[in-house]
Amino acid sequence: MTSKNFYNKPVGVIGAGSFGSAIANILAKNTEVMLYARNPQITKDLSETGLLHGVVMHPRISLTNDLQQVVEQCDVLFPIVPSENFPGLVDDLSPYLKPYHFLIHGTKGLNVSKKDWKKDESIKIDKEDVYTMSRLIRERTLAVRIGCLAGPNLAKELADNQPAATVVASHFDEVITEGQRLLRNDRFQVYGSKDLLGIELTGVLKNIIAIAAGALSGMGYGDNARSLLISRGMIEMIYLGQMLGANTQAFLGLAGIGDLIATCSSKLSRNFTVGERLGKGEKLPDILASMEETAEGINTIKIIIRLMKGYQLRAPITESLDKVISGEMTIEEALRFLMKSPLTSILILCELSSSL
Amino acid sequence: MKKLKRNPQVIDTSKTYPPILSDDEVWPVVKLAKNRKEFMERVIEESFQRLKSIRPNISSLIEELELTRYREKLRYKTTPWKVDPDDEVFFWNGVKSRLLELNGAEKATKQQMADQILRDIISRYVHEITGNFKPSHYRLARRIIKFGFARLLNAARIKKFGSFWSGDLTLQDKIQITGETDQVRKLAKIGTVVIVPTHFSNLDSILIGWVIHTLGLPPFIYGAGLNLFNMEIFAYFMNSLGAYKVDRRKKNLIYLESLRTYSSMALRDGCHSLFFPGGTRSRSGKIETRLKLGLLGTAVEAQRINYEKNEEGRHNKIFIVPVVTNYNFVLEAPALIRSYLEQKGQERYYVDGDRYEKSGRILKFLVEFFTKGNNISVSVGRGLDLLGNYVDDEGMSLDKQGNRINTKDYFLYRGIITANVQREEEYTRMLSEVIVKEYHRINRVQASHLVAFTAFQMIRAKHRNLDLYSLLRLPVDEVEIEYSEFRKAFSRLRNRVIELFNKGKIDMATHMTDDIDSVISLGIANVGMYHSHRPLIKGKKGNIETRDINNLYYYHNRMDGYDLEKFL
Repeated sequence: MTSKNFYNKPVGVIGAGSFGSAIANILAKNTEVMLYARNPQITKDLSETGLLHGVVMHPRISLTNDLQQVVEQCDVLFPIVPSENFPGLVDDLSPYLKPYHFLIHGTKGLNVSKKDWKKDESIKIDKEDVYTMSRLIRERTLAVRIGCLAGPNLAKELADNQPAATVVASHFDEVITEGQRLLRNDRFQVYGSKDLLGIELTGVLKNIIAIAAGALSGMGYGDNARSLLISRGMIEMIYLGQMLGANTQAFLGLAGIGDLIATCSSKLSRNFTVGERLGKGEKLPDILASMEETAEGINTIKIIIRLMKGYQLRAPITESLDKVISGEMTIEEALRFLMKSPLTSILILCELSSSL
Repeated sequence: MKKLKRNPQVIDTSKTYPPILSDDEVWPVVKLAKNRKEFMERVIEESFQRLKSIRPNISSLIEELELTRYREKLRYKTTPWKVDPDDEVFFWNGVKSRLLELNGAEKATKQQMADQILRDIISRYVHEITGNFKPSHYRLARRIIKFGFARLLNAARIKKFGSFWSGDLTLQDKIQITGETDQVRKLAKIGTVVIVPTHFSNLDSILIGWVIHTLGLPPFIYGAGLNLFNMEIFAYFMNSLGAYKVDRRKKNLIYLESLRTYSSMALRDGCHSLFFPGGTRSRSGKIETRLKLGLLGTAVEAQRINYEKNEEGRHNKIFIVPVVTNYNFVLEAPALIRSYLEQKGQERYYVDGDRYEKSGRILKFLVEFFTKGNNISVSVGRGLDLLGNYVDDEGMSLDKQGNRINTKDYFLYRGIITANVQREEEYTRMLSEVIVKEYHRINRVQASHLVAFTAFQMIRAKHRNLDLYSLLRLPVDEVEIEYSEFRKAFSRLRNRVIELFNKGKIDMATHMTDDIDSVISLGIANVGMYHSHRPLIKGKKGNIETRDINNLYYYHNRMDGYDLEKFL
């Protein structure tokens, strides 16, 4: 291996949201970082105030609006943008990517390949139509050395340099090792996993449960209720994960149960916050309008619900949340529904998913 | 019938391909044969180094040697073959006593002794693996195949004794080559080609050998089962056609590493190679969906080493070319499907015996194959690089948007080429997935395949309550499909095939778009046509019947994996 002195290309972070900039800050402890922001305003803000999302940025981070420059100057890229914008980003990246690029994404959402599925209820969604971000990269670009980043990593706590850990998952050992080399420091531990799909899905699905936990909290309920939800929610996540082709193991680790506990307990989580405000009686459109960044859980719920329709499966927590956000049910009704038959409904799901 | 958006390739059987290298002195395989000794020495040395790095310390090496000796003893006691050398017992007993001696030796001499034993075992294996290619034999064997088969063909077709010696029909009329034939010729000039065909019949290796020759390509080397060398006739042809020997009984690390090194090194020396990545013949009649990764992996490795060496003026790129053989009739079908069902059904343990072990049977097989069974088509796929990207005619890899990319970049880490076993394993797996996809894409549907599929699926739908094994036990006289029903179902499936064809997801023969009744008749006449129990026949009342539902299942499986059953 060439030593750092001979090979000091910067590492690229694509997406200057709160998580993207937090990761950039962690990376900057070990290496030069290029942070790409789509919006020129962000660059301006940073140069004027030195802050991004209220956080001081490491001096080794250079901000740019030129995507081509980032891809050409960096061998390792961390795309961290909302899942909604991910396909567009991938298409923009594609012409500049080379086979030597490593891509480790940090986006906890899903994508549906069929256009207009949101507008047209009659469009059927199949498992094959649901894309994780790594699959999107793999199928639309020439990049093969792909990984993802997941774990209990609340951006604010990372920014405060509190102790934390994350998981880098990839089919390639070298991607995991590279992720560890770049991210690890005495306050930040990095674990590796070969189960890319499992780690991606656990990060995605936990957002649903986080919204539910927020709702319980917003309604003023305490830790008994939360624990009930987390454990039931975990089971629902596992079966949904199995339906999408993942193994159980990832759900039991840091990126699974670890992340689930963090996001289900913390007001720093966007998804939790959405749930909490729902629990207090606010309407979803109002909540979303007042939020700065995307709560991936909302989109994930919609995708899962549509997917389940085709397979005639039941996922009680996800379904109840869907009815709440679409206004078909009040949050109290949803809770009453869940308390009535949580076990049997989940059993239906179990049986069906094991027969898949 | 659905509209065609593109036309199936019409085969021009009169097209001839001049040899791409006229002077056989420059064939890589000839160079390899000339420097056979030196080549073997290199293989032995590299295998030795590899094994030393896998078993770096003395105790693990001794353990490996002990294990190998034990397994080898088990092998020659339980499954001895005629082709095994006479000194087998003598050699391994020698290893045994040397290992005993070694255990009592001084520490310093221990390593030396163990290394020497390892080297001797590798050397024995490499000598066994190495083929004995002779250009003169190659030419002769080729002529025998070409001449002999063409004569048989004419005799069978024209059925007049006199016409036996006429040249009316050539093999090329019978074996039709479609697909990217021009590209493979170009690629063979600018790099090393690895042909990876599907494997349905024992005849595949000869068939592909003939195709390679017909396309004007220099001879390819390929691994042939050592068991085939039990038969003198086959042994002669195999040796002449550039085969090296693979013994599937030997599964020990030392043997496998020697074999891998042999293949990898031959590729690096520019020898075009032929792998059957499915491993064995498809028992079920399905196109391979899972490939063996061992030999494919040697190609990935050879490519990386070529890039590392980066010798000026050398063609160092390796191209993968998938090939699909389309038969209407596979002579071994009944035995293959029986063994598949026995294995799957776990009714009893299946012992893999080859029905055609004896030369006489093989000859009979060849005669039947080439006189009976109508046309065979062989589809040549588009060239791929080691990552499964398509390459253009100049051998440049293309990304999904069709831009040229550099395959070398896939082996870079922090700007330099690095050897990374795990990465290469992953690349091999990815490549195998692409090859499987390509098989399904270039599979050329014949009427016979689709009639078998339609009929079996209709029977299955009619007996939905039966599982597969009960279904296959149905008495054949209870299975009768009314022609008008069959015609409707066939038409629906044909439409689906045309849709897939329009999208480029499958290939099909030109006859598929003929008038529906004639397509069905052609299909029924051809499917498994020379089995004593025909998979499909038209009954007295004009309805569709079967005489052997297992055979029908076998031919039906050919169209598995396209989700056609949804369109029944």
